[in-house]
Amino acid sequence: MEKRALFSSKILPYMLLLPQLAITLIFFYWPASQAVWQSFLLEDAFGLSSEFVGFENYRHLFQQPEYYRAMVTTAVFSSAVAVLSLAVSLLLATQADKQLRFSNGYKTLLIWPYAVAPAIAGVLWIFMFHPTLGTLSRPIKAIGIDWNPMLDANHAMTLLVLSATWKQISYNFLFFLAGLQSIPKSVIEAAAIDGSGPIRRFWTIIFPLLSPTTFFLIVVNIVYVFFDTFGIIDAVTGGGPAGQTTTLVYKVYADGRLGGDLGGSAAQSVILMIIVIGLTAIQFKYVERRVQY
Amino acid sequence: MAGVTLDTVRKVYTGNVEAVKGVSLGIEDGSFCVLVGPSGCGKSTLLRMIAGLETISGGTVKIGDRVVNQVEPADRDIAMVFQNYALYPHMSVYDNMAYGLKNRGTPKDEIAKRVNEAARILAIEPFLARKPRALSGGQRQRVAMGRAIVRKPQVFLFDEPLSNLDAKLRVQMRVEIKRLQRTLGVTSIYVTHDQVEAMTLSDKLVVMSGGQIEQVGTPSEVYRRPETRFVATFIGSPPMNILPGQVEGPGRVSVGGQSVAVTDMREGLTPGSAIEVGLRPEDVQAGAAGSSALTMNVDFVEELGATQLFHGKVAGSEFVVQASTGQIPADTRQLPLSIDPANVHLFDPQTTKRLGRT
Repeated sequence: MEKRALFSSKILPYMLLLPQLAITLIFFYWPASQAVWQSFLLEDAFGLSSEFVGFENYRHLFQQPEYYRAMVTTAVFSSAVAVLSLAVSLLLATQADKQLRFSNGYKTLLIWPYAVAPAIAGVLWIFMFHPTLGTLSRPIKAIGIDWNPMLDANHAMTLLVLSATWKQISYNFLFFLAGLQSIPKSVIEAAAIDGSGPIRRFWTIIFPLLSPTTFFLIVVNIVYVFFDTFGIIDAVTGGGPAGQTTTLVYKVYADGRLGGDLGGSAAQSVILMIIVIGLTAIQFKYVERRVQY
Repeated sequence: MAGVTLDTVRKVYTGNVEAVKGVSLGIEDGSFCVLVGPSGCGKSTLLRMIAGLETISGGTVKIGDRVVNQVEPADRDIAMVFQNYALYPHMSVYDNMAYGLKNRGTPKDEIAKRVNEAARILAIEPFLARKPRALSGGQRQRVAMGRAIVRKPQVFLFDEPLSNLDAKLRVQMRVEIKRLQRTLGVTSIYVTHDQVEAMTLSDKLVVMSGGQIEQVGTPSEVYRRPETRFVATFIGSPPMNILPGQVEGPGRVSVGGQSVAVTDMREGLTPGSAIEVGLRPEDVQAGAAGSSALTMNVDFVEELGATQLFHGKVAGSEFVVQASTGQIPADTRQLPLSIDPANVHLFDPQTTKRLGRT
């Protein structure tokens, strides 16, 4: 069926589109184009003048070892969070799908962390794992680990991965549960009659049938870890110790706001923008027409 | 191969809902048994208990000589065909059929042999490499049956396998299922709500209602001599006409003041007591001078091509007469009926049980 509205006036349809177009232009395209323009400028330390330097900011960026380190950090961080949160939420979803008693309450409780703001989530986790104040640091030290996320980069990364994962599990859980519930029960029963035990059934039937959901979530999770974990990083480690947990997004903030290098920061934003466009393109290409099985 | 024996099998769901109320049934080795009844009569639950997909609340289920109450579905040596086919959408037709064999560690060349043989029998050889979504409904149905037969199980279970097909295909697949079962000789239990499927497929017909068995018998026994009013009106299309009447004496009842002779009537019924008189639309003949003098006021006529259905009232109750086209003029308003005493069925209005000769 064709969904087409007919207007007698030629101006009215444009008037109706105007609010949406205005929002998109003012809040999306204008800042984006500003970032692109700024990435070609070099500003003096006091922000009084700026000069056009072409690709100088980009050249400088790719000469910094810190930038490559931030790339590695981002890759490690995002893959760890994506793998961990997908695995845990899939496990929780398969349990919730068993339709036990209180499963509704269980589902509701699992969804709550998603409503917690990233910065608050970060604060909650640092409360628990602060080297001297944290309630859970004491038992960790008691088992012989010299726990200190303020000094040890691995500890800091572990803490970030845990808090970012904790927040993302709810979202993944909802999608996995919906995915599981859309698998016809009779297919599972047919597999049971066909002599496939619960574990084999999961890997040969359920997991392949969930692949569209899994693929969608992988892309969404990577985008989440890239861009939405700023609050958590800022609250938990502030990019430290010694820049060891500075991701690409956090570096944009650190260089631009704290370092005052607006041009370099803008260049980094443009690179991030290209990455997001790439990820979105992949998502549209594969997820929109579903993973074929 | 093996028969299936059910002994007072019960299913109680939480909240004390009793879906199956103590069903006992013996299904002989190699026979085709059809469970038929309206939706909610417990027939599917019973089948799923035999398959092991539902727990058994009471009684025992035996396949062959083995009690299988606690046996996993996979170890019961059964195969099931589901209403929605339940094919694995991510596997090719070949893999769908091979899956059960692979799980059991069957050697590869044996799997290939069996799958190819099943594909040949079911004429799905050209589609072995396709995914289920590239198949039509009838082809999917064949794959589902292929998946069942490659396993060479002791029992086939069918859960309304034809209800998702269109009318023409349904008739065709019905014939094929029957032929396949004859060829393979595997004990089969088939659940349906369609009484035509039930009549045509079964060696043994089990009519169920309200979680209980109403009658067990061959299709012709159930049709000729329904044991309850429910069976009488459920089996046969259009359904049997039921008229209120009274007992007159041995071999005679009255309907609307007119006397009707009956061959199959219980002895010792009190004259004057209420009774229900059942007459199949196809057993009633038009005619002036029969052994009975019932008259139908015709309201309208339905044309079915070869036959016509005359709808109207006899003694104030709804009545249908089926006659070959042209036998009765379509503009008839008053239709005198001739009734063979052998074709009259009597039922107790209270217990709804048949009041035939014991």
